[in-house]
Amino acid sequence: MNKPIITLENISFSYNGNHKNALRNLSLNIADGSVTSILGPNGAGKSTLLHILLGWLKPDEGSIYLKGRPLTDYSRREAGQMMALVPQIEHMPFDYSVLEYVLLGRTPYLNPLESPQDIDVSAARKALEISGLIHMETRTVTSLSGGERQLVLLARALTQQPHIILLDEPTSHLDLANKSRLIKILGELHRAGSSIILTTHEPDVAATISTEIVLLRQGQILTSGKRDAVFSTQNLSEAYGVPVRIVEIDGQRVALWT
Amino acid sequence: MIRSVSGLWSRHTSLFLIGCVLMLATGLSLLIGRYPSVQISMPWDIADDQLLSKLVLNLRFPRILIALMLGMSLSAAGLVFQMIFGNPLVEPGFLGVSQGASFGAAFAIIYMGSSALMVQTSAALFAILGLVFSYYLAHRLRYGGWVLRLILSGIAVSALFSSGVGLMKYMADPLSQLPEITFWLLGGLSGSTWNKLLSILPAVSISLIVLLLLRWRLNLLSLSDAAAFSMGASPKLERAVLLGAAVVATASVISVSGMVTWVGLIVPHMARRLFGADSRFTLPATLLIGGFFTLICDDLSRILLPGEIPLGVITSLFGAIGFIVLLSITGVRSQR
Repeated sequence: MNKPIITLENISFSYNGNHKNALRNLSLNIADGSVTSILGPNGAGKSTLLHILLGWLKPDEGSIYLKGRPLTDYSRREAGQMMALVPQIEHMPFDYSVLEYVLLGRTPYLNPLESPQDIDVSAARKALEISGLIHMETRTVTSLSGGERQLVLLARALTQQPHIILLDEPTSHLDLANKSRLIKILGELHRAGSSIILTTHEPDVAATISTEIVLLRQGQILTSGKRDAVFSTQNLSEAYGVPVRIVEIDGQRVALWT
Repeated sequence: MIRSVSGLWSRHTSLFLIGCVLMLATGLSLLIGRYPSVQISMPWDIADDQLLSKLVLNLRFPRILIALMLGMSLSAAGLVFQMIFGNPLVEPGFLGVSQGASFGAAFAIIYMGSSALMVQTSAALFAILGLVFSYYLAHRLRYGGWVLRLILSGIAVSALFSSGVGLMKYMADPLSQLPEITFWLLGGLSGSTWNKLLSILPAVSISLIVLLLLRWRLNLLSLSDAAAFSMGASPKLERAVLLGAAVVATASVISVSGMVTWVGLIVPHMARRLFGADSRFTLPATLLIGGFFTLICDDLSRILLPGEIPLGVITSLFGAIGFIVLLSITGVRSQR
């Protein structure tokens, strides 16, 4: 296994003492260069865990290490250059152009008094190319379809040139074509050396793109490890609380409930 | 619209042109006034006429500059509020700022001898108190997200101050104090002097410079806090700095002008129509258009009737008409 890029030690977290979406005593190593799916049913605490990894939510107990250094030691800008988030959904109240929106990803490279320069614009354009959106850089974000918006959010994250990309339920609002487009882009990023961490409640998404799976249930890790080891009838049935069957179609494993 | 011909004119050129129009309007406003009836005085006539040159220098000139500062501050603050709250329908009156200022002014008129300086100081203090109280209350609320809590707190604090204003009006001497309160609530720049200008100049210019320097960050703060955080920003701190600057500018100008409404709502909309959403351009555009709009409204309030029309009446008339026109052209996007 590669050296861990992120290490969690005994993380516990709750929203104001509320048990809903809370995490209990989580420990985890996430391998550098892996595609790790945080898989589990609704309310298992997947998004909470992702926001803890990001540093946005502070754990009640435990520590997080990024490349062996405590996450809390990183300055905001350093963290923004290391890690980027693709949110599940984003409220877009104003008519930014796609390019203006994606340019926001340059924030960690600018001090608060600076505005983006030409070099930032080229970084944003490069991210738009990777996401296949370069032809719509002058469109307004409010005029885009749900799938295109998701890709804009991905492009904004790529503009941060991060080593780690966090995605919160990236496929849940996408149709089949957009889903496969996104998964293909993530595969390319993985081959280029990025570490990718995503949450999903769909076992098939996890089975398709991940190298590792963390199976989460009620705020605790049920099991974690290599995809093929975790993706078993017994584990999935236990995580989702319904009998799950796994069938193999053309070498691809698919979970069905019975 | 300028935006649609951006291939011909860059947004920088458009800003420059609007700046030129503003300078021209400022120059013309100096020459226009009632003396004794509406007339345009030529510069050489002003130089010849001692009374007129005193009037222009000591009354008209500071008043015009205050009108510019008022328009710039209210509209820039409006843009800041709209972007930070991700809602195109809010303005500086939000968060108890305007109602706080009204209460402060009414309170000073009744209990503190109604000297201009007292009214001004008390209005500014209560405006900032309105913000602080709204912020504090939002922290204590256990309901909804941060923005919703701020909005709710702002409504509650505004209502509190507004009932206070009602009480002050009821207790005011109907012959002396009540007209003064009413006049303040309608807003106007008729009492403008160089001293008033100087008293607000430092706070207003520092606040506006802060907003200009941080203008690109406004884009970032129009996103959710988690998104801004993930891009390496510190949303809570940056929001507090920008909101603080916007409120200080607003409190300072309304402390000398009284309640002037609608400017902060309508001008950012115009700027976005012309320049798109990116605050790198909309903030300077908002400053220029806001100055222009308020200057023209104040010119009208000086010259339309033999007596003054309160400025607040004119800005709300044109603001509301402009808003209706904008709404019927495209509709205002509001999803939150």
